Amino acid sequence: MITIKDLSKVFQTKDREVKAVDGLSLTINKGEIYGVIGYSGAGKSTFIRLLNRLEDPTEGSIHVGDQDLTGLSKNKLRIARQDIGMIFQHFNLLWSRTVYDNIAFPLEIAGVPKEERSRRVNELIDLVGLSGRGNSYPSQLSGGQKQRVGIARALANNPKVLLCDEATSALDPETTDSILDLLVDINEKLGLTIVLITHEMHVIRKICHQVAVMEQGRIVEKGDVLDVFLHPEQPVTKKFVDQVMGDQEKEHSLKLIKDKYQSGKIVRLHFVGESTNQALISEVSRKFVLDVNILHGKITQTQKGAYGTMFVQFEGDNEEVARAIEYIRSTSVEVEVNPDA
Amino acid sequence: MLNDFFPNVRMEDMITATNETLYMTLISVAGTFILGILLGLLLYLSGPGGLWQNKVVNTITASVVNIFRAIPFIILILLLFPFTDFLVGTIRGPNAALPALIIGGAPFYARLVEIALKEVEKGVVEAAKAMGAKSSTIIFKVLLPESMPALISGITVTAIALIGYTAVAGAIGSGGLGDFAYFYGFQRSNFDVVFICTVLIIIIVFIFQFIGDYASRKLDKR
Repeated sequence: MITIKDLSKVFQTKDREVKAVDGLSLTINKGEIYGVIGYSGAGKSTFIRLLNRLEDPTEGSIHVGDQDLTGLSKNKLRIARQDIGMIFQHFNLLWSRTVYDNIAFPLEIAGVPKEERSRRVNELIDLVGLSGRGNSYPSQLSGGQKQRVGIARALANNPKVLLCDEATSALDPETTDSILDLLVDINEKLGLTIVLITHEMHVIRKICHQVAVMEQGRIVEKGDVLDVFLHPEQPVTKKFVDQVMGDQEKEHSLKLIKDKYQSGKIVRLHFVGESTNQALISEVSRKFVLDVNILHGKITQTQKGAYGTMFVQFEGDNEEVARAIEYIRSTSVEVEVNPDA
Repeated sequence: MLNDFFPNVRMEDMITATNETLYMTLISVAGTFILGILLGLLLYLSGPGGLWQNKVVNTITASVVNIFRAIPFIILILLLFPFTDFLVGTIRGPNAALPALIIGGAPFYARLVEIALKEVEKGVVEAAKAMGAKSSTIIFKVLLPESMPALISGITVTAIALIGYTAVAGAIGSGGLGDFAYFYGFQRSNFDVVFICTVLIIIIVFIFQFIGDYASRKLDKR
């Protein structure tokens, strides 16, 4: 759906050049929710603005569908932009227009006749759950409601792609979740391709299928959300994964565990995807003669299935414990005996 | 009783003078509003980061605006005599004051327009661009509506300055309350006339301020 090749953007400041995006290549498939995560200054904001040419790339190409965005003239670009919706961190609604008129704005731009416009706007107001608020002004809405207007406005012209520029960063956690649910809902209902940038791993975990990690204008790691969660390779990715898994405590608590439970074997189990649905622990304790002691763990849900880590202690006959571990290895759960970090 | 306190004040003269002042004010406010918005838009759009960023246009516009703002109004009227004569066919009466009033008021208002436009959130303009809006759409459906309360309070301030200018224009015989106060009141030592003219001008100023405040408040949905 979106193919990005060797994309670069250089900003010229007074005394130096800043490479905000540096030779970035990426393919985003139709219907996917693709998350780009990075700390501020990583270039992700510039990256998403390059996708609808709010910034013009210095080098490289962007194809949306089979259209080469980078080669388009000003007028053709305007038409192409009507196929790419965008929502913003600070919503960017027109305060002088009502909710209804804000949503109608992109339709006015596209030259949709009045009756059709009215039908479409009412449809969208219902879709984003703002029925009855059409005549309110943005200033009368909460942050979450404003973002709903933003989403409705972005969807007005039936775009193929929705770009989300830190769309939930200005919202509280609860509102964030309701907006994310709405995005997933739209993605499923309309088959819309969504590209979002964020600095919150929570957002990636909750709704993304694919993730790319950005640092200094480059993508340092990318892939299936679950894979990246399970095997983060770059230090920056590990930090982001820790954000959600709360594993800052891990080292600390692992030391505690080791000090406290010196008998038996301490084992770390990685649950990925479907394996979390198996009743593994109870199965092991039934099949083998040993005691299973759950020490520490966390399982979390992503769009691609569940993911989690658990520390357990196996106490029993050494051979029996070894057999139990062998058995777990035969399932899709990954096992690490005597983990050291 | 009125005649005891103000023996030289004649009602019909006062009404005529007030009408002339109102006429000059209203027409010049309308002219200033249009010309000022055009100049202000040009300043804003050609400025750094603007839609039509252009250093040459920006510098020229800014210079013109600054020069005309620097000329004292009474001198501006004199300087414009040939232009006024060519345009209106006379250099006396309310109509002859209009070119000077508009040319004096518009640059002042243009700066206020520029400030108002700068207050429009960049993000909103960006959102409109992302929707595929044309420049004209951005100007007429985003920039102007979003800055309307500031544009209205700006024109209110300008209108009050213009009421003052109409009185100054009285010095060259434009008609209106300033003219009447000076020639009929001051020069003939009819100080009661000067006093009544002053009161009338103050009332006009108050009315304009009230209307401006009300409209600006009504339009502001923030």
